[in-house]
Amino acid sequence: MSATTRSSGGRRTMNAHRVRRLLGRVGLYLSVLVLISPAILFFLWMISLSLKNEADNTAFPPVFIPNPPTIANFVDVFQKNDFLSYTINSIIVSFSATGLALLFGVPAGYGIAKAKATKAAVLILVARITPGLSYLIPLFLLFQWLGLIGTLTPLVITHLVITVPIVVWIMIGFFEGLPGELEEAALVDGATIWQAFRHVAMPLARPGIMVAMILSFIFSWNNFIFGVVLAGRSTRTLPVAVYNVLTFEQISWGPLAAAALVVTAPVLLLTLLMQKEIVAGLTAGGVKGG
Amino acid sequence: MSASLSTLQAARAPAAPRGRNYARRYWYFAAPAAIVVAAVIVFPWIFTLFMSVHDWKVTGDTPFVGLENYTKMLSDDRFLWAVWRTLYFTAASVVAPVILGVWAAVCFASNFRFRGLARTIFVLPMMATPVAISLVWTMMFHPQLGVLNYLLTSVGLPPSSWVYESDTVIPTLVMVETWQWTPLVMLIVLGGIASLPQDPYEAARLDGASAWQMFVHITLPLAWPFIVVAAVIRVIDALKAFDTIYVITLGGPGTSSETLNILLYQTAFAYYDLGYGSAMVVVFFVLIMLVSLVLLRVRQKQAWQ
Repeated sequence: MSATTRSSGGRRTMNAHRVRRLLGRVGLYLSVLVLISPAILFFLWMISLSLKNEADNTAFPPVFIPNPPTIANFVDVFQKNDFLSYTINSIIVSFSATGLALLFGVPAGYGIAKAKATKAAVLILVARITPGLSYLIPLFLLFQWLGLIGTLTPLVITHLVITVPIVVWIMIGFFEGLPGELEEAALVDGATIWQAFRHVAMPLARPGIMVAMILSFIFSWNNFIFGVVLAGRSTRTLPVAVYNVLTFEQISWGPLAAAALVVTAPVLLLTLLMQKEIVAGLTAGGVKGG
Repeated sequence: MSASLSTLQAARAPAAPRGRNYARRYWYFAAPAAIVVAAVIVFPWIFTLFMSVHDWKVTGDTPFVGLENYTKMLSDDRFLWAVWRTLYFTAASVVAPVILGVWAAVCFASNFRFRGLARTIFVLPMMATPVAISLVWTMMFHPQLGVLNYLLTSVGLPPSSWVYESDTVIPTLVMVETWQWTPLVMLIVLGGIASLPQDPYEAARLDGASAWQMFVHITLPLAWPFIVVAAVIRVIDALKAFDTIYVITLGGPGTSSETLNILLYQTAFAYYDLGYGSAMVVVFFVLIMLVSLVLLRVRQKQAWQ
């Protein structure tokens, strides 16, 4: 770049160029700061609320930095509510829904990609578009007839509505991106298509499976709408439980913020640790649950 | 979404000589998933249609009533207002995130220190559990004790009543939605910008174009298909917005933030009028499909000619 400025005219343009470059840099850093500060400030405030006692939380002007910080709110959350069992519920539901989705979804993604089944892909797309509530009315009745309301089974089954499309969608994109030569070579050597899938395509697709797993776990973990309708008192998942802290107990901000942090902390940590996979998956699919 | 495009394109490409024979056998791979999809996705669609033409409460008979549930909607002011509110909320929740998301994508496309970290922080709002963040927003909106009014008054602005008044409730919810979903727009557009050819930029730089000129004349037209995809996804998600509205306002104050999805929930699971609720689902579904199809058509015309 400097060569062109020199040839196009003298020191002055070069200086002007440098100033413009510097301004551009400053503008860029300022923009990034403006863009990420709402997220930073929000989560810092959430942490701050969870670490303060009730007097500081309702003080005006607000107390920004907990002094001294207290973990009493977190102790409160686990002692006064049955948060441990809700955590276990959430873990069971999200892991089962993700595991089943991988079991069904990975081969399906492969089949659809290989058969170039555009219509099946569109069906998955429509499932992505449909509002979650529209599945709930019939499934609610179905589970009532089957006497399953009050168990975790309906939650696992309805979470498949979210996780299966995510997995299939990501896997279609991933298998389409793989070169087909290796599998063809295996087929020529007499492998069945199942063997070609199991021993050739699937190992190559491991990064894609990872992305699908992480995203389907997160969106299942975050899901609220199915739980709020289908969960009984003892089968609440964490998002439903934290909402009930708001409605049924006396509202105090410290424990509430602590509960909210407990619910979302696993997801935030996973995002920080797996950011590359998550960004890749979201960019490709525009996925979102519910 | 990009996957469907590549499948569409692939379908147009000539099939491999052995492709036909093999294509059918690959269906076995999709069979288990097809059964699951039929049970938890397609069955509910069909059953919803069935229920929508019945007077269906949780207990008692469920007589066939024809299109009564649908005609009832036309004269139901609460429903019509909900439709209007949903459209208003959606329009605002598309425009703001798309503008901010494109800006963010352009920023994150250039190289700078701590870019990875900054991008991860930027993405956190969309990954965080919606219920959890909604609760924290609710505390921040508190008219007397909330931190937002403190911040407003400390820079000399008048305090806002945020979600506690009917005039401000929807703009406030749009703000939450924007905070939460701008990252998704950013990611999709950033993916697009990353795939753009570098030659036009180099040529423009040689001609001494400014960053703004390059954005308007190169980035914007070339990345336009991705911006449209992001906007379509945003429209769909904004129409379906539920968690944040439900937790923060439950449609209130009064019914001033009651969108279609919230009204639907109330009708089916608070009043247990499942027949009427199902009819609303059908109308809601058709509305979403129409909007998505129109937008996708626009997109295909622009991008894939």
